[in-house]
Amino acid sequence: MIEIKNLNKSFGEKQVLKNMSAVFQKGKCNLVIGASGSGKSVLMKTLVGLEKIDSGEILYDNRDFANISYEEKKLVRREIGMLFQGGALFDSLSVYDNVAFPLTMFSDMNKSEQQDRVHFCLKRVNLDAAAKLFPSEISGGMKKRVGIARAIALNPDYLFCDEPNSGLDPLTSRVIDELILEITQEFNTTTIINSHDMKTVFDIGDNIMFVYKGEKWWEGNKSELRHSGNKELDEFMKAYMF
Amino acid sequence: MNLVSILGKYVLFIQSLFSKPERFKVYWDRTMQEMNSIGVGSIGIVAAISLSVGAVTTVQTAYQLVSGLVARSIISTILRDSTILELAPTITCLVLAGKVGANIASELGNMSVTEQIDALDVMGINSAAYLALPKIIAGIFVIPLLIIIAMFLSIYGGYIAGVASQSLTPQEFLNGIHDGFRGFTVTFAYIKSVTFAFLITSISSYHGYYTKGGALEVGKASTKAVVYSCVSILFADYILAQLLLN
Repeated sequence: MIEIKNLNKSFGEKQVLKNMSAVFQKGKCNLVIGASGSGKSVLMKTLVGLEKIDSGEILYDNRDFANISYEEKKLVRREIGMLFQGGALFDSLSVYDNVAFPLTMFSDMNKSEQQDRVHFCLKRVNLDAAAKLFPSEISGGMKKRVGIARAIALNPDYLFCDEPNSGLDPLTSRVIDELILEITQEFNTTTIINSHDMKTVFDIGDNIMFVYKGEKWWEGNKSELRHSGNKELDEFMKAYMF
Repeated sequence: MNLVSILGKYVLFIQSLFSKPERFKVYWDRTMQEMNSIGVGSIGIVAAISLSVGAVTTVQTAYQLVSGLVARSIISTILRDSTILELAPTITCLVLAGKVGANIASELGNMSVTEQIDALDVMGINSAAYLALPKIIAGIFVIPLLIIIAMFLSIYGGYIAGVASQSLTPQEFLNGIHDGFRGFTVTFAYIKSVTFAFLITSISSYHGYYTKGGALEVGKASTKAVVYSCVSILFADYILAQLLLN
């Protein structure tokens, strides 16, 4: 479980996260939705430590991630898997080596154990046949799947997905969504997904948080979403529907 | 950003490189790969430039020595000293700043704008150390070797040009090369090449690592890396000459 308390973040004069508090449940797909520029990407970056917060707390199962030492932070990060918007695969490494990378850096597995794990992860995302290819030789959807395989290689407790469906066709989007949902349930991860794709929200969202102008504007589940009574959220959803 | 804050950020970047490696073998392998890329990948251009510079220096020195009172072997003595003290380390490193520096900055810049550096950070890897340290160590070891090759080839280029143009005989050339040789000049060239190697690799890594934006910014980062590397090489050249030759 990840809990944030009174999170504040500014860039110069502009405050992008305003006193934000929330709880992201374990074994659930926690969706953060909002328009572009609402602050959801900054929220995700602060959660994984790519941006420093001005004040507040980020608790990874009661470990205060924002206020621990760099070395302690590195240990927490090894429990994190992240799927980036563009995949963020290492260009110079093959698909196999990309997935093997976290294992090489952090696990004590021998070569054959490592091979088994990489093939398991690649099979999990239906990409075992592409192991020898390089990122430049595979499609956008495949890159995302390799990104997921790399993210789960070390059996993470926390999975972050930044706009997992951006730039993908509807069919591939559904495949990615289903994969994220299955992995969340299978590995019991605390999954946080940044998205403005309402289809993703309705397909896999367990808990949904709507961010508006840097504030948590609404929180609930998908059955409550259509009858939220929240003007900004209704407008956001209407824009998606029509 | 003013010069002081750039310098401060650069110092902090260098400081961040010194942490315990997550996996020593991975860093070792990366350093070997970088040695191959920087060293073997640059031999061709270093050879071409060194031969040419040595040949031109010999021909131009011979052209200016019109007095019959000066021994013609002085041509190769001048070639030797100017090659070891200045031409081989400085010209070669200015060329390497263009080739190696631009390559490092564009590689890291591209990694930065495609979130690959963020991916390393999220995994708990010291991305600056993982990406830049092997390049800097490889440069410090390999670039001085390239300079030594450049010295030999430059003098050899001078020999070919001098003999072919009948400016001096092979024996006169060899006499001039041996005459009044001081070993410290090679030590000085080595110190210069290590310093320049550090400047090229670290400045280029810095500019690449902090690239933000897209393809346009990657190009700008490469240009900045080359310009800053060249200016700092020339500045360090003067400082080292003042400190060690005065």
